[in-house]
Amino acid sequence: MQRRNFMQAGATLGGFASLGGLALLSGCATGRADIPAKARVVVVGGGYGGATAAKYVRLLSDYKIDVVMVEASANFVSCPMSNLVLGGYRQMADLTTAYGNLAGKHGVRVVQDSVTAIDVGKKTVTLAKGNVIAYDKLIVSPGVDLMWDSIEGLQAAQAAGQIVQAWKAGPETMTLRRQLEAMPDGGVYAMTIPEAPYRCPPGPYERACQVASYFKRSKPRAKVLILDANPDVTSKPALFKKVWAEDYRGMLEYRPQHKAVAVDARTSTVKFEVHNDVKADVLNVLPSMRAGAIAVKSGLANANARWCNVNYQTFESTAAKDVHVIGDSIQIAPAMPKSGHMANAHGKVAAAAVVAQLSGLAINPQPLLTNTCYSFVNEKSVIHVASVHLYDATDRTYKTVPGSGGVSAAPTELEGSYAHSWARNIWADTLL
Amino acid sequence: MKCFRLFRGQAPALGLLLSLAALMPIAAAAQDAAATLHLRTLASSCASCHGSNGKAVDGSAVPSLAGMPRETMIASMTGFKNGSRPATVMHQLAKGFTDDQIGQLATYFAAVR
Repeated sequence: MQRRNFMQAGATLGGFASLGGLALLSGCATGRADIPAKARVVVVGGGYGGATAAKYVRLLSDYKIDVVMVEASANFVSCPMSNLVLGGYRQMADLTTAYGNLAGKHGVRVVQDSVTAIDVGKKTVTLAKGNVIAYDKLIVSPGVDLMWDSIEGLQAAQAAGQIVQAWKAGPETMTLRRQLEAMPDGGVYAMTIPEAPYRCPPGPYERACQVASYFKRSKPRAKVLILDANPDVTSKPALFKKVWAEDYRGMLEYRPQHKAVAVDARTSTVKFEVHNDVKADVLNVLPSMRAGAIAVKSGLANANARWCNVNYQTFESTAAKDVHVIGDSIQIAPAMPKSGHMANAHGKVAAAAVVAQLSGLAINPQPLLTNTCYSFVNEKSVIHVASVHLYDATDRTYKTVPGSGGVSAAPTELEGSYAHSWARNIWADTLL
Repeated sequence: MKCFRLFRGQAPALGLLLSLAALMPIAAAAQDAAATLHLRTLASSCASCHGSNGKAVDGSAVPSLAGMPRETMIASMTGFKNGSRPATVMHQLAKGFTDDQIGQLATYFAAVR
């Protein structure tokens, strides 16, 4: 037995040595052996778009098409509802869902890694740990990247933990919450908003409400200052302004046309293109955004080197065949928000197109997308914006269906209960 | 093979006709499969709020659609569309769907067990 073991060990070592030699030649010396070299569909990113696409390729193909999803994070953390953590009404654990069901229930091969390169000619992706996976169809859903260069000094201030964005829910959400908790009563929280389009149009205004709600409860002399690069509130303007005037009067101030250009972390100051500097106790500076780094790096961001143009019927990139781009990274159709709900909707239409193409079936001539974005204006009351987007084959874009869509009449707790159910249902629809 | 041989035979017109006839069940099946795929995709647009395949999570304030009788869903959606049934969101979303789509969705969800 010992001899046999020894021989096996020897054979294994020899195997490793020769494999190592081959691997070095092919540049994948560090790749994991249990990751397939080929999948019919590879999905890049496990957010609202990517996870939905991965699950729905499996569902809509009746589990016949194999899917590998590559995502760097161990768990899904939802951006929607994360402003409630800043208000003190929810915990990070409430926003967090494991990827286990995508694998266990739906047979998606979930690989925790990041994609460092896409070769659209060879139809392969390369992972950070070295593996190369070939695909028939690639679905890219990398979310947004923050454009640090758009605000001087911001990246260093972020790296030092002094000025955080918390625009991707995660550790920074808690950092910002702790900064708010540590702020003295009578202090100022200032948030800057970049020019649209950016991820989650109503998000900054909901955040302002949540921070103001926390202050009203715990620091009644503190102030919220919203410094918006846009000419007006970009989502649900009348509703948000009414809430601010009625519920947070004297506590919350909105200033439009304030485009941040630089920060000074030492003096906790933000500088603007036109207006005077603003000093605050807690600065929450959101820079301009663009498609996730891998989309930019691989040439998919062909709209002003910022967003990815797609054929809206299938979400196939206009830059590369058999590569579909979904979610916040795309160049949006008119009135289409960059939202988690919309990414979930993109994921389904793209998954159906991929299944149709791989199965030799006709592609849906008229795909439809819905969107509902709920915003909490305090602990319990909510306002929404809803829309229905139908593909128009003549103009090759999505158009909102005339007469459809709209916003709440007023904030209500009934909508608050729907918002909580929306979150639990869309998390389940995306991940479970 | 049989069709192919016929097509290459003495009577091309007849051969073509026969080969088309032989292909028709396949074409019809593909059409059905595509129609099913498109309907499932349309129904999935409801899933974001109402749960995958219309099955909402336990305790959801947003109702499940799975197994809802066809006539109930048609009546609800029609009421949302024409304003006779009050709603927070659905009166705005229902107006984005045609009566034909509503009928198809109602049939689809009624059949989900």
